[in-house]
Amino acid sequence: MTSLLRVEDLTVTFPKRGGGLVEAVRGISFSVGRERVGIVGESGSGKSMTGRAILRLVRPPGRAAARRIDFDGIDLQSLSERKMRGIRGQRISMVMQDPKFSLNPVMSVGRQIAEAYRLHTGSAKGEAAAKTLEMLAAVQIDDPERVAGLYPHEVSGGMGQRIMIAMMLAPDPDLLIADEPTSALDVTVQRSVLAILDRLVRDRGMGLILISHDLNLVASFCDRVIIMYAGRIVETCVAGALDRAEHPYTQALLAALPRLSAPAERLAAMRRDPAWADAASVDAHA
Amino acid sequence: MPMPEAPAILVQGLTVAFGRGAGRMTAVDDVSLTVRVGESYGLVGESGSGKSTVLRAIAGLIAGWNGRIAVAGEAVGKRRDRAFFRQLQMVFQDPYGSLHPRHTVDRTLSEPLLLHGFDRVEARIEAVLEQVGLGPAFRFRFPHQLSGGQRQRVAIARALMLEPRILLLDEPTSALDVSVQAEILNLLSDLQARHSLTYLLVSHDLPVVAHMCDEVAVMRRGRVVETLTAGAMRASHAAQSYTQDLLAASRGALD
Amino acid sequence: MTVREERAAEAPQGWRAWLTAEAPQSRLQARSVQAYLAWCDFAANPLAMAGLVIIAALVFASAFAPWIASHDPLAQDLAARLTPPGEAGYLLGSDELGRDIYSRIIHGASVTLFIVALVAVTAPVIGLLVGTAAGYLGGWVDVVLMRITDIFLAFPRLVLALAFVAALGAGIGNAILAITLTAWPPYARIARAETLTLRNSDFIAAVQMQGAGPMRIIIGHIWPLCMSSIIVRVTLDMAGVILTAAGLGFLGLGAQPPLPEWGAMISAGRKFILDQWWVATMPGLAIFIVSLGFNLLGDGLRDVLDPRRQAR
Repeated sequence: MTSLLRVEDLTVTFPKRGGGLVEAVRGISFSVGRERVGIVGESGSGKSMTGRAILRLVRPPGRAAARRIDFDGIDLQSLSERKMRGIRGQRISMVMQDPKFSLNPVMSVGRQIAEAYRLHTGSAKGEAAAKTLEMLAAVQIDDPERVAGLYPHEVSGGMGQRIMIAMMLAPDPDLLIADEPTSALDVTVQRSVLAILDRLVRDRGMGLILISHDLNLVASFCDRVIIMYAGRIVETCVAGALDRAEHPYTQALLAALPRLSAPAERLAAMRRDPAWADAASVDAHA
Repeated sequence: MPMPEAPAILVQGLTVAFGRGAGRMTAVDDVSLTVRVGESYGLVGESGSGKSTVLRAIAGLIAGWNGRIAVAGEAVGKRRDRAFFRQLQMVFQDPYGSLHPRHTVDRTLSEPLLLHGFDRVEARIEAVLEQVGLGPAFRFRFPHQLSGGQRQRVAIARALMLEPRILLLDEPTSALDVSVQAEILNLLSDLQARHSLTYLLVSHDLPVVAHMCDEVAVMRRGRVVETLTAGAMRASHAAQSYTQDLLAASRGALD
Repeated sequence: MTVREERAAEAPQGWRAWLTAEAPQSRLQARSVQAYLAWCDFAANPLAMAGLVIIAALVFASAFAPWIASHDPLAQDLAARLTPPGEAGYLLGSDELGRDIYSRIIHGASVTLFIVALVAVTAPVIGLLVGTAAGYLGGWVDVVLMRITDIFLAFPRLVLALAFVAALGAGIGNAILAITLTAWPPYARIARAETLTLRNSDFIAAVQMQGAGPMRIIIGHIWPLCMSSIIVRVTLDMAGVILTAAGLGFLGLGAQPPLPEWGAMISAGRKFILDQWWVATMPGLAIFIVSLGFNLLGDGLRDVLDPRRQAR
């Protein structure tokens, strides 16, 4: 498969108090085609930093460096900040965990979607307004005209996240990075939001990077899974084969998960092997 | 009421409303539940279902409730005395918000002992730290020096200081990673066996509740939709369609 | 983001090891470690250190004024009145009565420090008491306490201070008392706002569930968290306090002549501002530098004391 995004040897470092560096991401390589790739890991595994580093959104004093970050033939690392802003939102979009923090509280959601769309495509007001309603309908909002006039505090969490997805997908990006897009939502809402996201991504032939701590969710909604531990990729596999994962860390994660179908007296506690963190990162090219 | 049969927690017709006049909102509407001594009772529901409000009303952290709450056979009023808190303690959801940021673990754990005039403060703190799997090295640390799982262990240790019979657990693992969640749930199981504790666990995570609890009440919009056993939940034997939906949404690809 | 905890090649030894220990062995050590780390953060900020140096210089000048000053601050020499700076042994010139301005500023440092210290100790404590009690207890306590605060805030500060001084009698001590009585309401407001955000937090609920009473919770749990913003606000307010004291002095209700109070010196030099600029400028510079010092110190303290700094 031709890859849309190709990352080689990505490292993200933060300076530590009293000198020295903490490496949040330690030399990982992966590629993403027009497919749905899940990145799973626990807190501190570097999964979120990976997503931010692709868009060059690692906040100083953190630093991201890679041998290569190649997006559709463009070397993202060598772009000027101005050109990078053209890529962000327009060709690569990002959906964050909590829509409450991502939406402007004093602007109606319809206007926010329209402005984002106009900013990225330079289209006329009327066209942007039409696109806004079309996108709100696409994320299965029943009454787009009414919802477009609402302010962020007037919408529920699930609705807010659908609005975010509408906003991010309006300029028809090629790649969507979703960082824990449903963690703040209720289970029943989670499924519907993900189903909407899934359909849009498939219909448009986009690439999706779904960053999550939830193994179940990633197994259900992705084609391929990358498992990160301590800043490195320990394993990559087809999502359907996740329950047959080989790496002891992945196995331990799966074993630690309480399941409805399988009652257990005790959950398997993870015994962390220092070798996991020290082993070389697995190459996760498609 | 004969004492031996008295349930650990008895809630009858509990109603909690917030606000006044037109903005008045009923968060909990006529909820009744019975938690027997030594069992683990689960309260599940989505955000806004009122499950945490029930817990806080039982704990005495909310004043404006109506109905009847009895703990260990004794009806409790709006104000709780110190004896009540020796019976019942609570573990909160967010381990980052439930520990005082300027107090050491030692201060956090010794405070209840001093308040209730317990003896052997030093020995008790060391013992409880051992029990929650932390050890004496953690005693003089501040919360920001601890991981989320370690903080939750401290919060559990604090709840155990007064040697209560009943623990209210408000989403005790929802802020934690899967592997840490497993450790904390195992710890809670061990402590329950060791001290024959009664748990009332609130969670939105059905697999966690099924793992921990014997009996489960499903809440929606302030009301209990239905109560069922963990076994029935695992087998998807739910009478209400809402419970069925919840169960279906909770079953992932790996289940 | 715990990844690779690279041990420093040389582990710290002796008292530094004790002060940077990951696992302190006692309450005292735990506090010392916190204080030391906060100090390290503070010391890493050059502007904050500059502020600290200025305040230290102020303290030094007021403690050793008789040895640093070149003249008696009260000695008049009418023959040498209004001497420009640098001439005839007057480092910063002399005033309209021929007193050495440099020596007066040095001796005035203790007056300034006296005002600052007394206001800094009293006003925030009253504010903290009122604000946290109002915020935590709520209900009618909140209503009564905050309306009293509003009444104090509704008066122009200087006018209220004037009224107090008029009632109590002129003099530096009464001026300080008047400033304190007018300075506490903003602290009460800050403390109340902080308390309202803390009141519903889980750690307060947890201590309530241990059976702690309101007094214990307010003093033991809420105060330590309000302290940092109050301390920062106090240091930032000190410039205003010095100026209010000067204003009272100017109106004849604060420091009484010949006491070398900086504000009173400026108002005395006002008459000569065009021809003998130094008479008003030198004490003005002293106020400027000390105010700047307090502001820099306040900014540095804000960075160090902010509890959110250590969050997650």
